[in-house]
Amino acid sequence: MTRNRKYVFYGLIFVLALAAPFLAPDYQTQLAFLWLMILFALTWDIMGGQMGYNSFGNVVFFGIGMYTTAVTQRNLYFEVEQYVSVSGLVDAVTPSQYVTGMFLGMGAGAILAVFIAFILGIGILGLRGHYFAICTLGLTIAAGETAGGIDYIGGGSGMVAPVFPLALGEKGIFFYYVLMTLAVMTFVVFQRLYSSQFGLAINAIRDDEDKAEAMGLHTTRYKAVAWCASAFFLGAAGGATGNLVGFIDPLDVAFAGSTFGVWMVLMAILGGKGTMWGPVIGAAVFHITQELFWTYLFGWQRVALGALIVIIVVFFPKGIMGFLHHHWPQLFGQTVDEASSSEREGKA
Amino acid sequence: MIDNFLILFDAPVFAVQLLIDGLLVGALFALVAYGMALVWGVMNIINIAQGEFVIMGGYVALTVANVGIPIVFGLPLAFIVLFFAGWLVFRIVICRVVDQDLFTSILATFGISILLQQLMNQIFTADVRTLESGLGMWFVLDNMVTISQIKVVTFVVALAFGAAIIIFMKKSRLGQSIRATAQNARAARIMGINTDRVYAFTYALNAAICGAAGALVVMTWLVHPFGGLAYTVRSFMIVVIAGLGNFPAVVAAGIGLGALENYAGFMLGTEFQMAFIFGLLVAILVWRNFRLKKQRMVLK
Repeated sequence: MTRNRKYVFYGLIFVLALAAPFLAPDYQTQLAFLWLMILFALTWDIMGGQMGYNSFGNVVFFGIGMYTTAVTQRNLYFEVEQYVSVSGLVDAVTPSQYVTGMFLGMGAGAILAVFIAFILGIGILGLRGHYFAICTLGLTIAAGETAGGIDYIGGGSGMVAPVFPLALGEKGIFFYYVLMTLAVMTFVVFQRLYSSQFGLAINAIRDDEDKAEAMGLHTTRYKAVAWCASAFFLGAAGGATGNLVGFIDPLDVAFAGSTFGVWMVLMAILGGKGTMWGPVIGAAVFHITQELFWTYLFGWQRVALGALIVIIVVFFPKGIMGFLHHHWPQLFGQTVDEASSSEREGKA
Repeated sequence: MIDNFLILFDAPVFAVQLLIDGLLVGALFALVAYGMALVWGVMNIINIAQGEFVIMGGYVALTVANVGIPIVFGLPLAFIVLFFAGWLVFRIVICRVVDQDLFTSILATFGISILLQQLMNQIFTADVRTLESGLGMWFVLDNMVTISQIKVVTFVVALAFGAAIIIFMKKSRLGQSIRATAQNARAARIMGINTDRVYAFTYALNAAICGAAGALVVMTWLVHPFGGLAYTVRSFMIVVIAGLGNFPAVVAAGIGLGALENYAGFMLGTEFQMAFIFGLLVAILVWRNFRLKKQRMVLK
């Protein structure tokens, strides 16, 4: 693609994205979740795809952001006991209070998530390969179970986010644009990161960490930065999602290891991990499939999702981008020497 | 928390009670962990669906009892049913990920685990279920400490079962070929061992071991569709501590974990017991890696 066509392409997508909630007003919430899924896939891909650290634990930062935001919103305007009595009331907070609380909370959540990512990273990022994967899986569930035992944040029965103070129809649009902004920011920031020296460094870690270290890269530092970058956006997104969902359950919404935690891995793999657009495409395809499952396989949709995970991992590990790359390499600016490649195939 | 800690000193009999309960659970953990070590050692696959096989075994035993068959047959039937279930899972999914990288197999078995969880949730509903064994209690130490007889039965059966499997691995022809494949799959193939069948059998045997353990779990404690992951994580921890294929160490680690978990559940409160188990996993991995790093090595 030439430079101009690329900008036209980006522009078209951007205009379409801005107009989407008005084009399909019935699906505003689903579209907002689509942006969340894109953000999930992108933030997983910086670890799993670009750096080769397959994490099941990124959802921890999402949950931290969610709880931090809810606590901020609560503590700004209420006493803890008072909050319980007003929860569920429509006019408990004014619109300006709501928005201030939410954005302050999202900022605080993002910062806290980065801080915790850094602290955890010191110990956990030293692990490699499958040990890292299983350790982060344990981390997710430990976080969820711990949150479920703390009464200050509602314990096992969860927390209720303040009710959106405007008309219900505006809720979808509001959160659509909040989550869209976050996802687009993630995309732009990560694209910048990948095209800089940082991107080369984390790719080197993926390809051979020992060698990267021997070449003088401070691998731990790069790994920590990548994890913190992913935690920052997850933390902020968690805050918005908590308000969108309205109810924060420790194990099923905030630290949902067996739904969001696995989906983010799956979406990145489905799209093609280690590419810029792969996670975005994967998230879109996966989210639509999942919504179709909900509509047409109600009751069995979770069973079908489990089967889908196995099918994607076993039969489609290279993902959509990998598939395109294999069949139409010229799309990616690679020229294939026909004669030599057919010769090679002839030999093999 | 500190109060609970002090109780242990004021009334040591509590500590004895917790220790006994923990020891008796531990053998069961060790059995499941041995199955995981078997698959890990032979096929280089970490089976995240381990815990779901345990729960499935529990449900088989439950169904058997509900049909009216005496519960003594629950264990062998769970063993047989899960053997075939494991074989099926291997033929459909696992055989395609055996020679791929570890993360692919982790994710694939995680997918299987979610699939099985949801399937069990659909079939048996999300209720917590248990099976009354009809056995009583023993009271010892001036009636201060209770030992439930079914836990002792479970302990003995689990250890006997583990011993039987070890003898099978050492003496039988099939066991020898499993061990040969674990040592060097390529060489085993050259020597005429059908490694594909060995893999299938190993995976099925692991599922069957888990099934038998599950039949004991449902009689001693309880099962519910989403309780599997805790068993997976416990066995993973035990294998990480004890190493692959060292049964006495696996039993020791399993019993140690059982006791530790019981103490933690008492001191932190039961709502934090799961958090403790999963947090312990993180701590153990980080600690081991930290130790290795001093020798310029990493966990591999």
